[in-house]
Amino acid sequence: MSSSNDSIKKTLTVALLLCIVCSVIVSGAAVALKSQQAANKDLDRKTNILAAAGLLEPGKDVDELFSQIQARVIDLNTGEYTDAVNAESYDQLKAAKDPAMSKALSNSEDIAGIKRREQFATVYLVENAGKLERIILPVRGYGLWSTLHGFLALEADANTVIGLGFYQHAETPGLGGEVDNPKWKALWPGKKVFAEGSMNPELHVIKGAVDPAASGAEYKVDGLSGATLTSRGVSNLVQYWVGSEGFGPYLSKIRKEGV
Amino acid sequence: MADTPKGILTSPIFANNPIALQILGICSALAVTSNLGTAVVMGVAVSLVTAFSSMFISMIRAHIPNSIRIIVQMTIIASLVIVVDQLLKAYAYETSKQLSVFVGLIITNCIVMGRAEAYAMKNGPAMSFIDGIGNGLGYTVVLLFVGFIRELFGSGSLFGIQLLEKVNDGGWYLPNGMMLLPPSAFFIIAGFIWLIRTYQPAQNEEAEFKICPNTQAKEAV
Repeated sequence: MSSSNDSIKKTLTVALLLCIVCSVIVSGAAVALKSQQAANKDLDRKTNILAAAGLLEPGKDVDELFSQIQARVIDLNTGEYTDAVNAESYDQLKAAKDPAMSKALSNSEDIAGIKRREQFATVYLVENAGKLERIILPVRGYGLWSTLHGFLALEADANTVIGLGFYQHAETPGLGGEVDNPKWKALWPGKKVFAEGSMNPELHVIKGAVDPAASGAEYKVDGLSGATLTSRGVSNLVQYWVGSEGFGPYLSKIRKEGV
Repeated sequence: MADTPKGILTSPIFANNPIALQILGICSALAVTSNLGTAVVMGVAVSLVTAFSSMFISMIRAHIPNSIRIIVQMTIIASLVIVVDQLLKAYAYETSKQLSVFVGLIITNCIVMGRAEAYAMKNGPAMSFIDGIGNGLGYTVVLLFVGFIRELFGSGSLFGIQLLEKVNDGGWYLPNGMMLLPPSAFFIIAGFIWLIRTYQPAQNEEAEFKICPNTQAKEAV
């Protein structure tokens, strides 16, 4: 390496040229691939919603299946539908971090460990001939290592569970990671969220196996063995999101008057 | 070590393996090997990044001022990694979700930087490219070895295809949960190093010190 390389002028020139070339390459790649990436993200979200609602059929086009689902935004405080934000472009997780769009939760309120709760939430509705069939709610909460993100699907009575599925988490593989196990997920359909005539969330995950003959079995789900904290996290996040701080007001309206 | 292109390409696979002999790039080898699919993608990504970054650095090596050479290398490597990350997000979304931050962390993978500094700064672009591919292959071989053992014994599957029926699904195989956690990769990499050094004893290092016999007077019994 010659000593002229180390002059200040040469150093600055090389640094500048390199920065320009590299930034052109990086931004070029980002811009050129953006639409493809956005399409992937969208497809992934739709697949997860369909999977939670039990509507996913292998081999069928996801976009076509998703066309039966309608996204609506609700105000979590009142439980009313709102047009304050656009359902298509609204990013609920981003809003949860924005102080103007969310509120901080106190320790006693924050059973799901999410710290802030957004004011608006997107719900996905499946209607058939103008009649509400399924309600799909986005849920999230802290397990052992990570926040679990998923969807809870309820029947039109806003009480019976159709399915619960998580699309993002980082729980221990083989223990807490078993929340993805189809066998465990198969325990959820048919369970009831609320006790008869009450709006207090009753559904929870217990330690050990549920005795199907005992009374109240419809409000209990088997815990995951070796994953006490993840099971507790799932239990808490379900209770939080169907409770009065989450979708409670919205669900009670549906139970009273339908959509 | 041969200086022919073939020698440069193949010697890093066993004779001068970046993980087993140089003990570089261990961190990502622990993180992405719990199944074979991600291990393959990570191996390919690291090979490509190492090869192209070595090539570009070698092309401009005569013009890199000595005082900022590390930053110049980092900039080139980082740009390439971002491009790879964007490509994965666009064309292999599922895998990119599993690899998550580890694609970005290729930037800090010691192998990439090590080859740039040790080889590309002194050799021509074509040879640097081959050297990058060779070292990437050496990394990939270890990843595949570790991934094979971890996925087979941890999940009873290979490339996601169930081979050993798990107890949870009504089969006979009780998965070894530790295989899915990062520490198991330490043991397996150590086992790999042991195998290589048994096969090629020349890789064994001289002991840094000798343990002398105890010269202290013993107590009378």
